[in-house]
Amino acid sequence: MSLTMWGLKKSPWVYHVALSPCNNCDIEILDVLTPRFDVERFGIKLVGSPRHADALLVSGSINRHVLPRFRELYRQTAKPCVVFGIGSCALSMTMFRDSYNCVGPLDEVVREIDPNAIIAYVPGCPPKPEAIILGVVKALKSL
Amino acid sequence: MIITGVIHIVAFLVIVAFVLVLGLATSWIDRKVTARIQARVGPPWFQPVADILKLLGKETLVPDGPGRTVFLAAPLFGLAGAALAAGLLGYALMNPDGDFIGDIVVLVYLLVIPAVAVIIGASASGNPIAAVGASREMKLVLGYELPYLIVIATVIYKSGFDFRLGGIIANQIEGGWYLRSVSGVIGFLVLLFSTQAKLGLVPFDVPEAEQEIMGGTITEYSGPPLAIIRITRTLLLAIMPLFMITLLMGGIQLGGVSVLWGILKYVVIIVLVVLIRNTNPRVRIDQAVKFFWGPVTVLAVSGLVLAIYGL
Repeated sequence: MSLTMWGLKKSPWVYHVALSPCNNCDIEILDVLTPRFDVERFGIKLVGSPRHADALLVSGSINRHVLPRFRELYRQTAKPCVVFGIGSCALSMTMFRDSYNCVGPLDEVVREIDPNAIIAYVPGCPPKPEAIILGVVKALKSL
Repeated sequence: MIITGVIHIVAFLVIVAFVLVLGLATSWIDRKVTARIQARVGPPWFQPVADILKLLGKETLVPDGPGRTVFLAAPLFGLAGAALAAGLLGYALMNPDGDFIGDIVVLVYLLVIPAVAVIIGASASGNPIAAVGASREMKLVLGYELPYLIVIATVIYKSGFDFRLGGIIANQIEGGWYLRSVSGVIGFLVLLFSTQAKLGLVPFDVPEAEQEIMGGTITEYSGPPLAIIRITRTLLLAIMPLFMITLLMGGIQLGGVSVLWGILKYVVIIVLVVLIRNTNPRVRIDQAVKFFWGPVTVLAVSGLVLAIYGL
């Protein structure tokens, strides 16, 4: 394992991408970042710019309005990066599957731009903070 | 001639590496103490190293526009300034009898270079948010440099117009720390506020303000250039307390138990900086400039006047 890969596993900086979610997943994501769960133990830090990010925490079923923004944002993220789909909407679009304005799910949208993207899912509606931390740790272990 | 040159270069690199290790340890202590204050566990000891190594392995994204070269060169200028400052200060601390007259003036100039480099880099990135950050950084530099320079003038006056860092240390070893006088205490307070602003720590982190302008000056930086910016910050995090110790607390004497005494001075300043950082909310840029040009400058000038009257 190279030193830079070790660094990536020990200090994943996350950027919060809300792609038209209903806000429940976002509340849980923000919960994860509070002192109660103390994700700085794993080196996880919230950053304000996608240029600094190593992990994109994506929530929501992607619709036509946010799609071009999300594509641009993914291109602006410095690789290597991991895309996390947080919640059932990002996984499978749940009840918005047949909606006229939704173009998800997340993996299809991301693979369109970058076929080799690393994508991890945390299911739940919304997932518990513990589940999000577990998902991030498992994804980093498998890198 | 060539051999002494090589020895000087090796000594410079060793000093900079030492200051970098000191800075990395300090930034870990800063994050750990912050975590303990917030009733958290905090990051493991290798966290600052992991951050920098990770950034070195990431992709470098350069925004389109006319400023490509300047954008990539600015962090290197900043690093060069901080590294030279570290070398100069380390040399003065290790060798107080040095005959480099005016090294304190050179050091003051070198310590401004990282801030100027950040402003140039942010302006070259062409990002509006980085431009806001750059303008704030510029105002902040103008704000804190004035009282900071007045304190340095006070220290030079107290040392009997000795423009050598080594001479200032020697003067304090003979006649007691400048901190033991009223003007010294005032100078310490002013330097503490300026240090906080120079390091970009919380009450004065307006140029970066992650919650409002998304990282400000460093918004467009990614990968190795961002790692260089972080290394520069880490160096400054060690240099500024060492400079304060040199100016007001008699420097650090090497050899025997006095090293422990030096470490204690360093730790006291770091603890003060971390406590201020954790107990204050961020100020606005106008509040920061008013603070530095108002009360802090008045304090610094009164310190200078008291020093002239021998207090």
